[in-house]
Amino acid sequence: MLSRVADCVYWMNRQIERAENVARAVETTLDLALDGTISPGRLWNALVCTFGDEADFWARHGLADQANVFTFLAFDQANPNSMANCLQAARENARTVRDMISSPMWEEINKAHLYVRAAATGTAGIHGPREFLDEMKRASQLITGVTDATMSHGEAWHFARMGRLIERADKTSRVLDVEHYFRPAALRFAPPAADALDSGLEVAADVDAGGDAVQWSAVLESASALEMYRKEYGAVSRRNVAEFLVFARPFPRAMHFCLIKAEESLLAVTGGAKGAYSNPAEQRLGRLRSQLDYGAIDEILGGDGGLHGFIDGFQAKLNQASDAISETFFGLRSREKSS
Amino acid sequence: MDLQAYQTEGFHDELFDASLRPRPGAELLASRLAEASDGELAQRQRAADKTLLTMGITFNVYGHEAGTEKVWPFDVVPRVIEAAEWAVIERGLKQRIHALNLFIDDVYNERRIVTDGVVPEWLVDSGKCFRGPCAGLKPPRGVWCHITGTDLVRGGDGVMYVLEDNLRTPSGVSYVLENREVMKRTFPQLFAGQRISPVENYPEKLLAMLEYIAPPQARDPRVVVLTPGIYNSAYFEHSFLARQMGVELVQGSDLVVQSDVVFMRTTRGLQRVDVIYRRIDDDFLDPLAFRDDSLVGVPGLMRAYRAGNVALVNAPGTGIADDKAVYAYVPQIIRYYLGEDAIIPNVPTFVCGEPTQCDHVLSKLGEFVVKPANESGGYGIVLGPRATKEQLEDCRARIKANPRNYIAQPMLSLSRVPTVVGDSLEGRHVDLRPFILYGEDIFVLPGGLTRVALVKGSLVVNSSQGGGSKDTWVVHEGRR
Repeated sequence: MLSRVADCVYWMNRQIERAENVARAVETTLDLALDGTISPGRLWNALVCTFGDEADFWARHGLADQANVFTFLAFDQANPNSMANCLQAARENARTVRDMISSPMWEEINKAHLYVRAAATGTAGIHGPREFLDEMKRASQLITGVTDATMSHGEAWHFARMGRLIERADKTSRVLDVEHYFRPAALRFAPPAADALDSGLEVAADVDAGGDAVQWSAVLESASALEMYRKEYGAVSRRNVAEFLVFARPFPRAMHFCLIKAEESLLAVTGGAKGAYSNPAEQRLGRLRSQLDYGAIDEILGGDGGLHGFIDGFQAKLNQASDAISETFFGLRSREKSS
Repeated sequence: MDLQAYQTEGFHDELFDASLRPRPGAELLASRLAEASDGELAQRQRAADKTLLTMGITFNVYGHEAGTEKVWPFDVVPRVIEAAEWAVIERGLKQRIHALNLFIDDVYNERRIVTDGVVPEWLVDSGKCFRGPCAGLKPPRGVWCHITGTDLVRGGDGVMYVLEDNLRTPSGVSYVLENREVMKRTFPQLFAGQRISPVENYPEKLLAMLEYIAPPQARDPRVVVLTPGIYNSAYFEHSFLARQMGVELVQGSDLVVQSDVVFMRTTRGLQRVDVIYRRIDDDFLDPLAFRDDSLVGVPGLMRAYRAGNVALVNAPGTGIADDKAVYAYVPQIIRYYLGEDAIIPNVPTFVCGEPTQCDHVLSKLGEFVVKPANESGGYGIVLGPRATKEQLEDCRARIKANPRNYIAQPMLSLSRVPTVVGDSLEGRHVDLRPFILYGEDIFVLPGGLTRVALVKGSLVVNSSQGGGSKDTWVVHEGRR
């Protein structure tokens, strides 16, 4: 298939998956805010930090409250990762590869885009943020399902799956890392106003890492993982949640699962075999996958940098793998130019 | 609904005669419309609008911010052409395309027609779309104009005329297919019991033609559609046709020419391309051969074409037969090459490049429709009887400055078709663009695209200027 088209298909799926993950994390934060065990200021602040766009947020919105953060993550035109922008970009990509994807896929992506646009302008007739977030999740899952059911599982489909799973691995790792941003130390990056938010609100349960079952249940909820986790472990604990979200091979949102399946798709495209590599994409993705193959949660938690350090490293290596995919398959053009 | 309330207002109506009797072929449609309950028409129209929006059937409007997409308005009352009349139109179009293809081949090669004085040499050579670099070219299988969209109109006299020939990169055929699909989804009962020519096989015919005209050495030819990209007004159609044919939709940057062979850049390296259905104007095709500022073209493409390593559809240079001043000579062109009279007449046309005709036009400017010879999309047209004094003077000055670039025609009273306005029907003016494929033989898609001027009294049917479209039925006698 055309390099440009593979590029569009890959990113289109990352963008849709991204919107879904943001929607789920916002929903969980709404729940936590109702509980009142963690101050809303910290919660909304942590949510912004989870997705790594805090500098942009603070510069333009300042106060991390529900209204500001929701607008920032849902509709903000200037935030490239807002759900509206993700859907807009995904639709633009879908339009560009309209001839490659099935009509049901196109129609669902188009409908999701129209829905977000109507929601952003207040013309969708939505009752509250939850209805909107539900619809976002549903749209993404519908698109994923329609993709699996109506598109040939050939090269384009494998690029689609690679995009979706690499994005999902990144987002799961970010959700798992949220405890880092609940810690007071993280707030030193926040503008002064964020501290003031705590005053007058319930801060008694200031989070000491690993202590709070409510918080870790919320992390599981953010990855739609609570029920599957319970079947495996029962009670919620920091260690087990981390183990589940990093290492649960059969769970489709666990980081390990995402890498295994993304690598399968990569090898389906190249015709390569597991355990060896013939290009940078296979090398980087294979190496990261094998790190999880042989990893253990207690080593991670007890190791240098702890969970946060591990996740930081994981995200950096995942980025390198994604860059290598671009370079290997989409970058033919730039390589030719330079030669 | 009560069809007796409908008014033809003295215009030729495509569905009803002056006493509101359905025309031949429209009887069943009229009775189905009459059976529609109150509010049904408006409800069907809304359903169709919603379907178009979710299907993403849009076009881009130039002059607005980049990427402004609009749903092209669709009207749920179809236009009907009786099969017997269609058979004549079909023959007329085949005759016309046959002759025009001979004409194009002639002006780039032997030039018999200008030597014999049938078409003036200055007229051909001064054509904005005449391409000097195409001289001496012999495209595969001798076909230049593989895809044509010929605009037809019916005048107040009930006669069908050719209004213009579009032989460059005519668009609209995707709407013919989508309109039929939307129509079936939203108003299925109108089809019941009717025998209507299908249009759904167009993509297959198109692909067969494209494979037929491939360079002879290509065994299993690879066909692609070349688009300028998603901001082009007809991008929807480009992707639609690529998808329907199951071929790649490429942009100029996806193609590269090496040793006069065209390749596309894929995830598995370079792959050879044999046939390019290009939806890019000649000017922008190849910066090395035509405009050097083209960013959407492919450097070296014309060399590859000249070397016979790739087929281009339509061939570069066909625009000369698209020139509205050349149009005026088409009846003579048909007679010259085929020895026949034109089956579908031209609209009487004055060529301002001819001094006596120009004087006549200038003396009665307010009675004519003046058109630039090489614009499309309805741009630059002045309707004399409806123009202000300033507009007429401006038009006069432009004709005098460059007479070659203008033609004039009498103002036609275009026929009308009942069109949904609220929950009732009013007449709106229409034209018709049938699509013709020239490969192993000449194929005319039954019906074509009916464009409708949705604004009351308006004669402008262009999508960029408030026009919409209708499903077009070639209806055969007898119930199904």
